[in-house]
Amino acid sequence: MANWGRISSRTIGNHIRKRTNQGFIGSTVDINPSSGSSSALNGGRSVSDQNRRYLNPLPWSRATLSWFQRFKSTVAAKQHDSFLSSDSDDDHLSLDFPGGKVSYTCDMNFISESSQARVPCYRVLDDDGELIKDCDFQQVSKEVAVKMYSKMVSLQIMDTIFYEAQRQGRISFYLTSAGEEAINIASAAALTEQDIILPQYREPGVLLWRGFTLQEFADQCFGNKADYGKGRQMPIHYGSKEHNFFTISSPIATQLPQAAGIAYSLKMDNKKACVVSYIGDGGTSEVSTLTISYFICLLQFAHGYPNCFLQGDFHAGLNFAAVMEAPVIFFCRNNGWAISTNVSEQFRSDGIVVKGRAYGIRSIRVDGNDALAVYTAVSAAREMAVNEQRPILIEALTYRVGHHSTSDDSTKYRQLDEIVYWKNARNPVNRFRNWVQSNGWWSEQEETQLRNSVRKQLLEAIQVAEKTEKPPLSDMFTDVYDYPPPNLEEQEKHLRETISRHPTDYSSDIPL
Amino acid sequence: MFIVKFVFLHFVCLLQREREMALRNIMGKRVRIGLMGRRLLSTATCDVESGNSKSINLYSAINQALHVALETDPRAFVFGEDVSFGGVFRCTTGLADRFGKARVFNTPLCEQGIVGFGIGLAAMGNRAIAEIQFADYIYPAFDQIVNEAAKFRYRSGNQFNCGGLTIRAPYGAVGHGGHYHSQSPEAFFCHVPGIKVVIPRSPRQAKGLLLSCIRDPNPVVFFEPKWLYRLAVEEVPEHDYMLPLSEAEVIRQGSDITLVGWGAQLSIMEQACIEAEKDGISCELVDLKTLIPWDKETVEASVRKTGRVLISHEAPVTGGFGGEISASIVESCFLRLEAPVARVCGLDTPFPLVFEPFYMPTKNKILDAIKATVNY
Repeated sequence: MANWGRISSRTIGNHIRKRTNQGFIGSTVDINPSSGSSSALNGGRSVSDQNRRYLNPLPWSRATLSWFQRFKSTVAAKQHDSFLSSDSDDDHLSLDFPGGKVSYTCDMNFISESSQARVPCYRVLDDDGELIKDCDFQQVSKEVAVKMYSKMVSLQIMDTIFYEAQRQGRISFYLTSAGEEAINIASAAALTEQDIILPQYREPGVLLWRGFTLQEFADQCFGNKADYGKGRQMPIHYGSKEHNFFTISSPIATQLPQAAGIAYSLKMDNKKACVVSYIGDGGTSEVSTLTISYFICLLQFAHGYPNCFLQGDFHAGLNFAAVMEAPVIFFCRNNGWAISTNVSEQFRSDGIVVKGRAYGIRSIRVDGNDALAVYTAVSAAREMAVNEQRPILIEALTYRVGHHSTSDDSTKYRQLDEIVYWKNARNPVNRFRNWVQSNGWWSEQEETQLRNSVRKQLLEAIQVAEKTEKPPLSDMFTDVYDYPPPNLEEQEKHLRETISRHPTDYSSDIPL
Repeated sequence: MFIVKFVFLHFVCLLQREREMALRNIMGKRVRIGLMGRRLLSTATCDVESGNSKSINLYSAINQALHVALETDPRAFVFGEDVSFGGVFRCTTGLADRFGKARVFNTPLCEQGIVGFGIGLAAMGNRAIAEIQFADYIYPAFDQIVNEAAKFRYRSGNQFNCGGLTIRAPYGAVGHGGHYHSQSPEAFFCHVPGIKVVIPRSPRQAKGLLLSCIRDPNPVVFFEPKWLYRLAVEEVPEHDYMLPLSEAEVIRQGSDITLVGWGAQLSIMEQACIEAEKDGISCELVDLKTLIPWDKETVEASVRKTGRVLISHEAPVTGGFGGEISASIVESCFLRLEAPVARVCGLDTPFPLVFEPFYMPTKNKILDAIKATVNY
């Protein structure tokens, strides 16, 4: 186990290069890509070395290019960059265009639609939770490890119990983060309290880590008067100013360009914090912009599936962050599914990680079910974003074990044995527990105690939340604007008259 | 789209001539028609008379407002496509030089990014003044405006807000703008609780209203009548002043019929009022200024006085904001009304190029409607 003390992203890269990496859902990713991109014109002839230097590189200036080369090792694996000239430009062989110098070539070669090999996936623990030999990772103390593990368990139990509560009709809606506990907790653990979170919606673990209580979760789900959102939104749409966790909204990826703006603000204020925004695979189909400032915006793509990257706001967010040089970490939870849409129907690229380069953003692919890998990657990303004022893209491969939400039955569109496999054999909580236990930091007894305690607390919290009064009717009309305008005052007055004439139309649990 | 700003100075369209005449006819004690100048008179008393005034056009007034905004608030930012060199309509001239690239900057060509980024900036307590190059291009940002900006405070239980966000966009007919440089999309936004929609009619109004919008603790969409950027010239106080939002203004007193409008259309309506006067019809003209939340009280008071109302806007009549005003007035003033509420608006077509003069709610269309309403 290497000490994290002076570890750099370069070292991680070096170590990663030595490893054979697991692909997503079992496929092996060859870390050593074979050479040559095919030339469409010449029916697959490899590009010879002589011709490589003439291939159009990215439109970097010479300075940018050499800067880029310096950080090549932070790339998870040595990419087959046949389109990137590895030689410095020869002036007489280059062209000037807006955007910089490019070398030219007389061979017409199309850049292949994909690399020969997929981008490898950084992991530290094997599927049984054993440390892979000679892996570099950021060591965590017993205290942090135990806290991480406890919170992962809490998240699991919270999900189970709230899901059941919805099934019993006690709350109207719920969605779980089953299978993504490592992403939730480990990413949060690698941040500071000042880092600002812009979630999608499948990251309650970040709030849990930061100290949001089970009661506070329950209050939001029940929409009672203790809910900070004043009962206005569906369950799971948490928000907490105290915990620097912006209120969740249902539209996918809208948080991404906002994260860019928030990060830019932090940059202007010279604050030592970052923004972290999460998104799922589906949301990546959105185009969004990102700006990176001294504060890393960690965008969490909560949609749980990388489709978030497909939304327009994904493009907008990443592009803005890159152009504005704002420290934003875009964290994509590629869990394979956007409701019923598998990633194969979401994009044709090699996942999300490859999209980072399209925006000039440094990226990494990480095993999202490996808490230590996630922790290490986020720590490194944060450091780079804060110190170098840049956005970072993290694609965490994982699997959405649960249904999309309580409104979904995923057995309708995927195999039950696939779900069971991921739930058992690739369980991130079990995996991390094994590692924590192997260090002598956890025992069966503590496990039982923890689970019982959390369960009990949750049931109590639900009971209390259920009994707590709902917000008063006036809360429907406040906060639309800073002060209610005349039309709302009139409507409230009119509504109250209606209620007094027809009280039975309205449930009695909303205080008037 | 860059052709537009150059063609402003070329008066080729009949409609343009009509507008010219409308502006020329708005006379008053303090009005002086110069060689190139046109003036819009505000008959209302402003509390902005103290200090020096200078005769400037609309884009200069807006430019002044932006200078003041950035000067008075170090946390104010101006951003959008091409704003750095001064903007395609010159509204942001000099800002980047004076306040620096960190506060005044170009963004990538991405409206949803501009507004999303602006929401984020505003959520951190900054004054985010975003420019959308033409209102016709605001739709990619519609999701951010409706689902995010408008609901930001409400959904968070007031833990968060993006009140510092102001979105500016040139709107409206320009004589040759066609489908995508002439739209008036205000009605879409008037249907969204949580934002404000403000439209100025003249340079002096624009500076004061824009400063109010920027400083208002709610997200605001500010539509600027591009037709008036160069054409409208008015005495504008040089100091920092604000005009109130959600307060309509009676800019012409009358007793026979109330006309309600906003933005550039008011100058056409004013000309119709002047001609109607010759036929003995006394018209009261109300500038709504803020479309949501709108000042029902002032409009209702006027309707109670005249008993008749006519609404005019460039946007297509069906689903236009005139419908909201009409319905509301009928609800509150039904028994006082002497005639149905009249609407003289754009037609239900995409904004056409060669057919623009036919599409537009012209002075004569308004005059006809005034007479029909009065003679009902």
